[in-house]
Amino acid sequence: MSFDIVAVRRQFPILSEIIDGRPIHYLDNGASAQTPLDVINAVRTYETTGRANVLRGVHRLAERATEAYENARVEVAKFLGVQPMEVVFTGGCTAAINLVAYSYGQLLKPGDRILLSELEHHSNIVPWQLLRQRSGIELDMLPVTLDGRIDLTALPRLLTNKTKLVSLAHVSNVTGALLDVRAVVEAARVVGAKVMLDGAQRAPHGPLDLPALGIDFYAFAGHKAYGPNGIGVLWAKPELLEAMPPFHGGGSMIGRVTLAETTWAPPPRRFEAGTPPIGPAIGLGAACQWMAALDWSAAHDHEMALVQRLMDGLQEIDGTRLLGPASLQNRYPVVSFMLDGVHPHDVAQTLDSFGVAVRAGHHCAQPLMDRFDLDGTTRASMAPYNDNDDIDALLAGVRHAAKTLR
Amino acid sequence: MSDQLYQERIVALAKARTGAGKLPSPTKSARRDNPLCGDRVTIDVTVDGNGKIAEIAHQVRGCLLCQASASALASVAVGRDAASIVDLRHDAERAIGRESGEAHEPFAAFAPVRDYKSRQECVLLPFEALQDALS
Repeated sequence: MSFDIVAVRRQFPILSEIIDGRPIHYLDNGASAQTPLDVINAVRTYETTGRANVLRGVHRLAERATEAYENARVEVAKFLGVQPMEVVFTGGCTAAINLVAYSYGQLLKPGDRILLSELEHHSNIVPWQLLRQRSGIELDMLPVTLDGRIDLTALPRLLTNKTKLVSLAHVSNVTGALLDVRAVVEAARVVGAKVMLDGAQRAPHGPLDLPALGIDFYAFAGHKAYGPNGIGVLWAKPELLEAMPPFHGGGSMIGRVTLAETTWAPPPRRFEAGTPPIGPAIGLGAACQWMAALDWSAAHDHEMALVQRLMDGLQEIDGTRLLGPASLQNRYPVVSFMLDGVHPHDVAQTLDSFGVAVRAGHHCAQPLMDRFDLDGTTRASMAPYNDNDDIDALLAGVRHAAKTLR
Repeated sequence: MSDQLYQERIVALAKARTGAGKLPSPTKSARRDNPLCGDRVTIDVTVDGNGKIAEIAHQVRGCLLCQASASALASVAVGRDAASIVDLRHDAERAIGRESGEAHEPFAAFAPVRDYKSRQECVLLPFEALQDALS
């Protein structure tokens, strides 16, 4: 089946925006994706016909809000291939990882170890460093190969029976490399370690089957997956959620409160203290429905064709280098590159004047930049609505930067 | 167009690399990072008995604007004390529109940065490092 790019683009109103007489070439999806009408309409429907707090009210608006909020949980669960009660709404992907670092971290003892990698986003490093300060756990780091993949040959050396958790990016936000989850899970099982994936860069590229992956925790962000800001998801195996103490205390997460003590609500409520981000959750539910309706086999082929076009075009520009896998195998549409003699921020600024939105800098992955001794990279990250014009505009901008800035 | 930002004078300042490098035995050194963009400036100075800069060198891991600013700063820093560097900074702040008034050379060259708020810190980072080194 051919991929109807025009029909997909039509669903994203912002793509027809004109700025300074130029169309938008939005290639910063790895930072935040754009949002389709279905999502905008779902949030609007909540705000205009069902706005109220969830769970507590008995009036009809509260019932509408609660129903829409819980339906969103069902849609997210379907998207992940899991049960709704295993889905915790958080403020974002970072919040989800912090939740695990705090609550699962409470179950760890001094001397226990957590295994990360050199290519992690800061959000999958700093929460564990904070846990280390609080509880005396130790951190180990998997190295990164020259082509920007986590070097799994180091797993036997770094996994010990002290390792309680392996937490890695499902897809790198810098190199686009897809993790070999099976290899990680198999190795982790041998020592009894749990596996968590930071799915921020994978979830925007189609439905998942988390039970089939054999992992224990999964986190992703709504705004990178065509949903609103301020919403994220933590999925965890039910027995883990059941064993974990709360992260935040407040309303909705309790069983019974007395002045002497409080009992906890069962998951997921236990981890959703206070009024949750109701509208954003409803929007994310709609985003998951939107993603589920897309033909991802065709969409992935389309995205990868854009990656190939971009990599081919960059190779023709003198002094460009890629950071990441050179092939399309086991990767997602995130492409980082350097233009010799031109700082990435200057490349990105030039691209902006061509109407091209990219991200430049360290991508919240400073240890990875240190690994390759780089100031940063320029990163193009694609979504199904991107087209050849976007790539060609980017290439024109890079050629201009190469000509004028060095 | 970004050509409005990357005007010839700014590009020329960056390419001149005035003061780029390290001093063999600096009196003082300071390094400043911009946590948002990751730019990093390290400045070495030797200071004479009157608190005036005798020599200056900088290492910039950063964008063209940061390189140009470090180069411009190094071109006029020798013979100045900390208070005089503050005066220069005001000049740079005027150039990029953060303060009112007319900027003098060499910082007048940074006038195009007025319209690019997200890049203004790039121009000021070398000042941060130098002021740290002199403090």
